[in-house]
Amino acid sequence: MNYEAWYGFKGGQWESEVNVRDFIIKNFKSYTGDEQFLSEPTQDTTDLWEDVMALSKKEREQGGVLDMDTSIVSTITSHGPGYIDKDKERIVGFQTDQPLKRSLQPFGGIRMAVQACKSYGYEVDADVEHTFTHYRKTHNQGVFDAYTPEMKRARKAGIITGLPDAYGRGRIIGDYRRVALYGIDRLIQAKQDDLALIGASGVMSDEVIRDREETMEQIRALQELKEMAAAHGFDISHPATNAHEAFQWLYFAYLAAIKEQNGAAMSLGRVSTFLDIYIERDLYNGHLTEEAAQELVDHFIMKLRLVKFARTPDYNDLFSGDPTWVTESIGGIALDGTPLVTKSSFRFLHTLKNLGPAPEPNLTVLWSEKLPERFKRYCAKMSIETSAIQYENDDLMRDIYGDDYGIACCVSAMAIGKQMQFFGARANLAKALLYAINGGKDEKTYVQVAPPYAPITADVLDYEEVMAKYDVILDWLAGLYVNTLNIIHFMHDKYSYERIEMALHDRDVLRTMACGVAGLSVVADSLSAIKYANVKVVRNEEGIATDFEIEGDFPTYGNNDDRVDSIAADLVTRFMNKIKQHQTYRNAVPTQSILTITSNVVYGKKTGNTPDGRRAGEPFAPGANPMHGRDEKGALASLLSVAKLPYKDALDGISNTFSIVPKALGRDGDTRKDNLAAMLDGYMSKKGHHLNINVFDRETLLDAMEHPEQYPQLTIRVSGYAVNFIKLTREQQIDVINRTFHESR
Amino acid sequence: MQARIHSVETCGTLDGPGLRYIIFMQGCLLRCQFCHNPDTWKMSDGRLVELDELITDIESYMPFYKASNGGVTVSGGEPLLQIKSLIYLFKALKKKGIHTAIDTSGGCFPSSPAFIEQLDELMTVTDLVLLDLKQIKTDKHKNLTGMTNTHILEFATYLARKKVPVWIRHVLVPGISDIDEDLHELGQFIETLDNVEKIDVLPYHKLGVYKWEALGYEYPLEGVEPPEEDRVQNAQEILTSYIK
Repeated sequence: MNYEAWYGFKGGQWESEVNVRDFIIKNFKSYTGDEQFLSEPTQDTTDLWEDVMALSKKEREQGGVLDMDTSIVSTITSHGPGYIDKDKERIVGFQTDQPLKRSLQPFGGIRMAVQACKSYGYEVDADVEHTFTHYRKTHNQGVFDAYTPEMKRARKAGIITGLPDAYGRGRIIGDYRRVALYGIDRLIQAKQDDLALIGASGVMSDEVIRDREETMEQIRALQELKEMAAAHGFDISHPATNAHEAFQWLYFAYLAAIKEQNGAAMSLGRVSTFLDIYIERDLYNGHLTEEAAQELVDHFIMKLRLVKFARTPDYNDLFSGDPTWVTESIGGIALDGTPLVTKSSFRFLHTLKNLGPAPEPNLTVLWSEKLPERFKRYCAKMSIETSAIQYENDDLMRDIYGDDYGIACCVSAMAIGKQMQFFGARANLAKALLYAINGGKDEKTYVQVAPPYAPITADVLDYEEVMAKYDVILDWLAGLYVNTLNIIHFMHDKYSYERIEMALHDRDVLRTMACGVAGLSVVADSLSAIKYANVKVVRNEEGIATDFEIEGDFPTYGNNDDRVDSIAADLVTRFMNKIKQHQTYRNAVPTQSILTITSNVVYGKKTGNTPDGRRAGEPFAPGANPMHGRDEKGALASLLSVAKLPYKDALDGISNTFSIVPKALGRDGDTRKDNLAAMLDGYMSKKGHHLNINVFDRETLLDAMEHPEQYPQLTIRVSGYAVNFIKLTREQQIDVINRTFHESR
Repeated sequence: MQARIHSVETCGTLDGPGLRYIIFMQGCLLRCQFCHNPDTWKMSDGRLVELDELITDIESYMPFYKASNGGVTVSGGEPLLQIKSLIYLFKALKKKGIHTAIDTSGGCFPSSPAFIEQLDELMTVTDLVLLDLKQIKTDKHKNLTGMTNTHILEFATYLARKKVPVWIRHVLVPGISDIDEDLHELGQFIETLDNVEKIDVLPYHKLGVYKWEALGYEYPLEGVEPPEEDRVQNAQEILTSYIK
């Protein structure tokens, strides 16, 4: 068993079973120093990056897409190799035969594939369209076959929305490291061993049959992955023997996933400390220099920055700025208390300097008070310089997910290779409140979307009455929502199964049903207004409440005021408890997120005037954020309100996006670093889950709106991911600019 | 015990070390021409708060103070006008191990024994004083703030005697408080104090002008622009050279 490839590694359980975590824990080298050791980009790196920037510019000038494949259906082996500059690229492989050419992925839905092409002036090959319309059913079709009329109404009204019924669900992280550590043959063997056990008891139930079929598909996908690598000139049937191969093997595995799936979030996992073990071994043996090690990292990251998918206009409305969520989780602490920070944690963040800031990969630091102080300060420094990093609370998550979890998409933690989720977008809690007032009728279309409950007829809203009716609406909503998700994920498994991603999971996978909510702060403030001020209802001829008049003051969420913060926290727990009551597809464990991504704008558009004074059509606050401008006691008060939301009832994550002007962090660079790191320590020790950090002046953004060409790499964090600011729609740019910027006084 | 405050800012980073909870007190005797918080002048504005409630709120930010070596700064307005409330507040904060600072102009410092007695008590629970020295020349000071600086300099000397750590702050207004000669004279005064840890030269800015307009006051520094970076540097160097 002792491969030559593993020479110099400390052995352990990982040798006899597929167990990457054990390999990491036995072999990683914790680093507590500072960033002084880091290298500048090599000439090849700089040359390649210039080529990439030129391609990106061209892509922008052509309206957002450089090229699209309209005839070859994307599979793991569909395209031959493509290069930017073969001699200079240390890591190779693209989704199609050319960089930035978007692949054709019809399995999720042929209509969407056609629309996506059409919206950029391309036309899908007629044969392909015919085949996927008449011979091969797709996910989207399956879902709409099974949807009930009530589900369609709720979807159309926007009380349940953003559902992955017209795009790939994503948010599944294959353990791409396995390919580097074990090679394909060993992984296939392990799957074959599984297959021999599945159904061995003799009962051929639905579950067993599906399990056997899926495992066989996984094996097939692994074989295809091997073929794809071979086409690039690499034999990955055996384990990687050095750092270069480890990067390349791992990247091939990830590449197979994105060739096969255009899921909304195609996250990478937690690879930097794993790869560091290979780099350390090569450095020790004199096979690699620091400069060459950084070059590998830079080139790998460059490839991740080039991941693109063909998306429909509807999708772009929800998730603006062409995001892919190639989320990489960095840092964290091992179960024994040792920081999992290595030199490669620095090297990965250093790409923001060597290649300049970028939204992808979605660099996520797993923050703990126990992280090495110098690493904390380095992170703070990079945040201040690039606004490209998000932070998530490792001290909170480690207890639940262990020390080898990663973040999918924005805030969804999952144990790598052992857990996956059924992504469920979100329910609009603000609209639900209006339904409670209007007896289940939609405030914009007057359609009876929910069952006809008795509306509120009083002129002044009474807190107790509203809560009683709201509770009933939430019961209905939770049931409908979970059932809708059950259909979606049944069909996704059936018509667009993630073969290669699941091939890089254990056989027994923990599945979660990741529900979510939007409009939390709107509802919290509305209920606060109803409770502490006087809210009069304005109704139209049909008796629908269309507006509200507020007399008096009321506390607003975002000021560390328990009177309203407790309302917000109660909403989270209340809705989670309702979701839990329902049967889920494949017995997935229900969870929920407080995350909107950029869909807060779309949700706001679809929702009428609300009792907190928000006008119809105005955006919600993103994720768990307080409403813009209502947090009046400064940044820390705002953070504390969000930190009070119970993570145990929102295990799929609680997103908070935070913007602060540089000056408000202190007078000089060192002070700013210290204060930002302290802010993170404080927030996390108050049990805040996630924080996006933006550090810049509003003027910069205004200028970038006027002169986009001067800001090709201006990156900002929005809800759970980062975008190129200039790629946002104008509407969303304005929304970002209108949000609270914490300033000094 | 109550205090009359204008507002709070939970994330101050400019008024003392680390992350700080800033309490802006209501009421001031000076009428500085460059004031960016003229809405804190009137004694009767603002709102009364129960100090116990304020202390509970302050305490909820404990991890931030700990991680940053921060704490609480009372600013204003003029904090010393409500010295009894300050004593109550700081005693409670010190009991909880929270760093305390006062941002003051010292403008209300009388040498009456009754006040000194209170001040003595306050200083036992004060870790840092941010002292505004706006102008060393008495006549210019009167013109700039409406009062002479006699009491303020006495206050500075008092703090030195008490060995209370002090950061001197000097708002740099072009043409008014950035004359080299005056800066040297101010420096010579600072040289007589051995409790000065730091000099903060604060460039004059116009961010508070809208408040003057909103309050219906005529803005006396109309047409004055913020100082150039090199003037700020110059003032910082001159003043710092006198620190012992």
